[in-house]
Amino acid sequence: MNALLAAALPVFTEGPSEVSSVTREANWFLENAFIIPLLPAISFLLILFFGKRMPKKGAEFGIAAVGIAFVLALITGAAWLDHRDNFDGQLSESPATGIEPAHDDHADDGHADDGHEDEGHEDEGEDEHAIGVVADDGSTSSDEVALAVEAEGDGHGEEGHAYVAVQNSTQWLQSGGIEFSAGTLVDGLSVMMLFVVTLISLLVHIYSTDYVSGDRRYTHFFAFLSLFTASMLFFVLSDNILQMIVGWELVGVCSFALIGHWWEEKPNSDAALKAFLTNRVGDVGLLVGMITLFFAAGGGQTFDTLSITNTINQGGVSHTALVVAAAALMAAVMSKSGQFILHTWLPDAMAGPTPVSALIHAATMVVAGIYMVARLYPVFWEGMQIPGSSINLLATVGAVTLVGAGLLAFVQTDIKKVLAYSTVSQLGYMAMALGVGAWTAAVFHLFTHAFFKANLFLGSGSVAHAVHSFDMKKDMGGMRTFMPQTYKTFIIGSVALAGVFPLAGFWSKDEILVGTGGWGIFGGTGGPGSYTFHLTMGMIGAALTAAYMTRCVYLTFHGEYRGGDHGHDDDHAHAHDDAAHHGDPHESGPRILYPLYILSGFSILIGLVNLPPGFQLVPESWQERFLHFIEPAGASYFPAVGHATPSWSLAIISSLIAFGGAGLAYWYYFVKVDGLARSTGQKLTELPNGLVTTNAWARAGHKVLVEKYYLDHLYTGIIAGATKGPIARAANWTNTHLIDGVVNTAGETAVRTGRQVYDKIDQGLIEGFINGSGRVSDATGQELRRINSGKVQNYAAILFAGAAILAGAFIVILAL
Amino acid sequence: METIADLDWLLTALVFAPLAGALVMALFPQDEEELHKRLALLTSLVTLGLGVFLFVEFDYDNAGRLQQFVDWDWIEVIGAGYTMGVDGMSLPLIGLTVLVMPLVFIYSWDHIPKPGNAKAFLMLMLILETGMIGTFVAQDLILFFVFFEVVLLPMFFMIAVWGGEDRRYASLKFFLYTLFGSALMLLSFLALFFLTTDPATGEHTFNMLVLSESAGDGIVRSTQLIIFGGMFIGFGVKVPMFPFHTWLPDAHTQAPTQGSVILAAVLLKLGTYGFIRIAIPMLPEAAEAWAPWIGLFAVIGIIYGALGCLAQTDMKRLIAFSSVAHMGFVMLGIATLTDFGINAAIFGMVAHGLITGMLFFIAGSVKERYHTLEIDRLGGMLVQAPKLGWILGFCAMASLGLPGLAGFWGEFPAILSAYNPAAGIPEETFRGYMVVAAIGTVLAAGYLLWLLQRTAMGEPSEEFANDPEITDVSTIEWIAWTPFLFLIVLFGVAPGLIFEVTDPAVVESLNNCIQVGCEVAGG
Amino acid sequence: MLLNQFLLLAAALFCIGVYGVLVRKNGMLVLMSVELILNAVNINLVAFGALTDDVGGEVFALFTIAVAAAEVGIGLAIVLLMYRNRRSIDLSEADLMKG
Repeated sequence: MNALLAAALPVFTEGPSEVSSVTREANWFLENAFIIPLLPAISFLLILFFGKRMPKKGAEFGIAAVGIAFVLALITGAAWLDHRDNFDGQLSESPATGIEPAHDDHADDGHADDGHEDEGHEDEGEDEHAIGVVADDGSTSSDEVALAVEAEGDGHGEEGHAYVAVQNSTQWLQSGGIEFSAGTLVDGLSVMMLFVVTLISLLVHIYSTDYVSGDRRYTHFFAFLSLFTASMLFFVLSDNILQMIVGWELVGVCSFALIGHWWEEKPNSDAALKAFLTNRVGDVGLLVGMITLFFAAGGGQTFDTLSITNTINQGGVSHTALVVAAAALMAAVMSKSGQFILHTWLPDAMAGPTPVSALIHAATMVVAGIYMVARLYPVFWEGMQIPGSSINLLATVGAVTLVGAGLLAFVQTDIKKVLAYSTVSQLGYMAMALGVGAWTAAVFHLFTHAFFKANLFLGSGSVAHAVHSFDMKKDMGGMRTFMPQTYKTFIIGSVALAGVFPLAGFWSKDEILVGTGGWGIFGGTGGPGSYTFHLTMGMIGAALTAAYMTRCVYLTFHGEYRGGDHGHDDDHAHAHDDAAHHGDPHESGPRILYPLYILSGFSILIGLVNLPPGFQLVPESWQERFLHFIEPAGASYFPAVGHATPSWSLAIISSLIAFGGAGLAYWYYFVKVDGLARSTGQKLTELPNGLVTTNAWARAGHKVLVEKYYLDHLYTGIIAGATKGPIARAANWTNTHLIDGVVNTAGETAVRTGRQVYDKIDQGLIEGFINGSGRVSDATGQELRRINSGKVQNYAAILFAGAAILAGAFIVILAL
Repeated sequence: METIADLDWLLTALVFAPLAGALVMALFPQDEEELHKRLALLTSLVTLGLGVFLFVEFDYDNAGRLQQFVDWDWIEVIGAGYTMGVDGMSLPLIGLTVLVMPLVFIYSWDHIPKPGNAKAFLMLMLILETGMIGTFVAQDLILFFVFFEVVLLPMFFMIAVWGGEDRRYASLKFFLYTLFGSALMLLSFLALFFLTTDPATGEHTFNMLVLSESAGDGIVRSTQLIIFGGMFIGFGVKVPMFPFHTWLPDAHTQAPTQGSVILAAVLLKLGTYGFIRIAIPMLPEAAEAWAPWIGLFAVIGIIYGALGCLAQTDMKRLIAFSSVAHMGFVMLGIATLTDFGINAAIFGMVAHGLITGMLFFIAGSVKERYHTLEIDRLGGMLVQAPKLGWILGFCAMASLGLPGLAGFWGEFPAILSAYNPAAGIPEETFRGYMVVAAIGTVLAAGYLLWLLQRTAMGEPSEEFANDPEITDVSTIEWIAWTPFLFLIVLFGVAPGLIFEVTDPAVVESLNNCIQVGCEVAGG
Repeated sequence: MLLNQFLLLAAALFCIGVYGVLVRKNGMLVLMSVELILNAVNINLVAFGALTDDVGGEVFALFTIAVAAAEVGIGLAIVLLMYRNRRSIDLSEADLMKG
């Protein structure tokens, strides 16, 4: 703690006296934002080791940690607002740029379950960022530039820079000349995410104490909720891309563990595996993209996000590298943020408990991809040539996603799956917005969507909690009489999602549509490009959204109650204590309802933080608050994103389209279907399906949607099935028969050769010699034996003969 | 390079302490099992103590230099000396060895496989330990070769006597295959010996320091390529590299648990260590020429090993194939011939040793409880033995390279280094390898999580649902496993502990023409 | 007197003796033939002694006669024993030493 204070002192001692004490203290929060992820991480460890013994089974740790983190996030947010404004106040006309990482000597890390050593090494290499135009304070400008260039651990831009992101990093390790650091980067985007993540996590924690109570693994659930919150916060505060990769993977693991929470049933563990593996496929792109950025951008080999975005924005990076990086990172976004075609895991992920779906698969984890794009925006801005064009990969993928998923939402009977596809569709909106250059719109939509989607998910959980099922057609219906509060919040959430004025969704969605720059009628244009196709898709999407939400509301809350008379427990099988009361759904308890109220409130009001400029009904100081604080406009690491002027005509027309969609669905369901049900007395499940039964085209279309465009068949059946089935078996066969066959054949050949050698050569030749010599000796001996006849006369004969020969030889020699 | 020689008894003691312990054990009769277990554990703890002492005495600022250097005459006639030394490259591997062995001995306390005879079993493991430590400290080629071969016989016997049903085939295959590789390796050593002269004495030498200094000077390029090829096959069999890997699944599957753990944790590292200690520093030009091929085999190994895993029905065989895949990452890092890549490789070696060693321990425990390793018959471990299941899940996550655990720092830097290999090596090829390796991580997640799903998740099968033998982790197992688990986390969050030590040594070993690109033409 | 006659006589006797030793089966006859040989040699000795006026020839002849007598004694004894054991003195049957 002393180290922290000592390190923060330079902030106090330097700088002009106009800097208020509030700003100074606020800056402390900005620099030490690492505490925010640290708290849930500690709570994870505490729950893991002590959770079972606690009276509330560990939930206390989780709620306390996230609660405090939320408070800190609020304070940090306030500090940021102050920070941003404080420098804004000294600004003249042209926005200045400048990033000065504040390097302090204390260790920090978002990832805290370690005895992490404090290297105290300052990252000097990354300080000297290219500084753009400095606020023209006249004579002091050159000094400011000089000061900024030399900035090392001293105050952050009290000298009058308009916009300062606060970075705080420390060296983690060094290998082969490459430095790895860990740190936090606090700017508008991070602060916003901090707020969203901590708030929704807190609400989900409270909600879960009721929803998951009595569960067989209650403590584990809370442990992983804490770990997830810590990981997500860690990810959001990353100041370098390696840390982003780490956070990305960690949230993936938590998602795996939480989706498969009830792993006793195979569909749940299947869903968890599917989620993890689909994300892993995208991670290939993440790795390739990040590695490319590491080497190609940032003026050398660095992981530092700001350095990288800076150099790209200044135009110092080769276009090929950016295209490769952008394309690779697209794969990552597609998997994590559920874009077509890697979205198939998201609906299946609904196998997890509903609070998990609300937290992870609506509000936070799935937006990690969007966040990453937003953070590394120059990569896409340059790499995909966003300004001035009318089509690019990111925007088109987003557009296809939003319509495709919207269509799929129509054929779902499971309420969570409707919401899941809705999430995919909204993520498509965000991706499309980023693709057309409407950065603030995308981020704003992320912000608002988190609230109303979480609202909807928790609402669906509330309903499911009462009827023990998620199947709308079979077990729900008429719930508004049983659960009026839930009904109200759900309606609010749906309306917000559909984008009806003046709820949140209207503002954010409209900003996206405007940002496409494809609307030229009646004024209002000027977005970075002119993406007319995408505008059209966006409008269709709006209609679809309104329509399927209407359908969902009808099936769930209106009509006759269909559940209760079959003892049908849903396939999520959560052990609920009072499982006996089936035919008697009732409103949920306060711990479920209060989060719903809070989220509904936000859904109504939150849109007002980013009222468009030129909105005559409110004073100017109320306009574009969000944009002002969140968008790093004019910073040297952020491209000059042009903003489209909002258009009333567009707003009106898109609202009309949305109403049209809703109206059509309303007519179909509330009037036609309902009337049919009432008149025939049949239950909804027994009703004929209208158009689908009569028209072959409709039937085919319906089938395609029900089969989810056959993508799951492709992935699970063909690709995964082939890989783990025939292909793997082929590899194994190659191994056993071909390669090992070579080895075994080599062995057998060796043995056979050995035997040959042994038989023919050894036994035959060599032994032959040896035995032969023996035999020859023997034969010779046998022959010579015959001399010994035993007869004296023979001996005598030989004697005489020998003597005669000797004599003869003797005479001959004598004669010579 | 310069060396530091303070305590010249330390390395000798470290290497031969286990052998001494084995000899002491030989004096006592076979029946006294408890005594033998205690002796073995004591010996390994003494060795661990010596290892810790080595760590303490190690001069971390000079990690690039050989320390505790010993250089006595041994076989003067052929120029082989008793030369030993420790630097930053060997230190982590020695640490791994001296740490793993006591844990294996602890595990053996109530896990002596049939047919019993604890005395012989434990003695063989001690001899193995001598061989392993000796290989990591040897600085003379003949000495290196001796220790390299010493590990073969004990492992052969361990598999042949205490192994599974198919043990005869597996042990013989392991032995002969590795020996075949070693024969070629020996030829290469001899070739180096005859073609190099020590500038100081004017004679041929086996001293690795001298050979690294001369780094292939004066050897014709084509000869260099052939010599490197011999070493490549010799070390490649041990790694194991595709396509010389087929001995591994059989050896691992048939070996007793302790054998598998030691094989996975340490023995596989002998091959890669040989590459970075001997093959690359001594023949940098040849290394550069061979690098794309090594990289090719490495990435094939990654994908092929992963595919092989997906097809397995036996848990141990699956883990064995995963070793092939992981060592593929290590070899990819080595093939880049950059200090970053080789650092990643050494880290990967240590991480793999810990993680896969742990996985084999788990497999052994599963076998003991369920008496089968058939994945189809297993299931629901998290219900019946939850802690065992969670440990399996933890190790699976570590093995697939989750950040925050040790495996990540073996895989990710290897992939990163492939983007930017050393000077004379084609970049595009390696960037292609980088993408393939990244795809390999997907497959790794696939087979590991699928294994986890099938064995740990779900409900227990009827066969074992009411089996009383299926207990959770025992005390002995906890004691043996906790250090592994702790280190996996520790190295995951503080990888600098290893990188700081290995970096200077790796830089030193690459202090030759690789830095600037060796001549590609000519020779 | 010419030497040649004596030598011729001795040679003739010698050849007859050799013939008898080698061919005849009767043991007695073989012994007698051996005598013939010896005596032929005696004639040679005496003849050459007379030729050179050396008394050594005759002395040696006396030696030979003495040895012949001894040898015949033993030979006869062997033949006698042979007859006693086998009832036959056919030399061609005596091949017990055959190897």
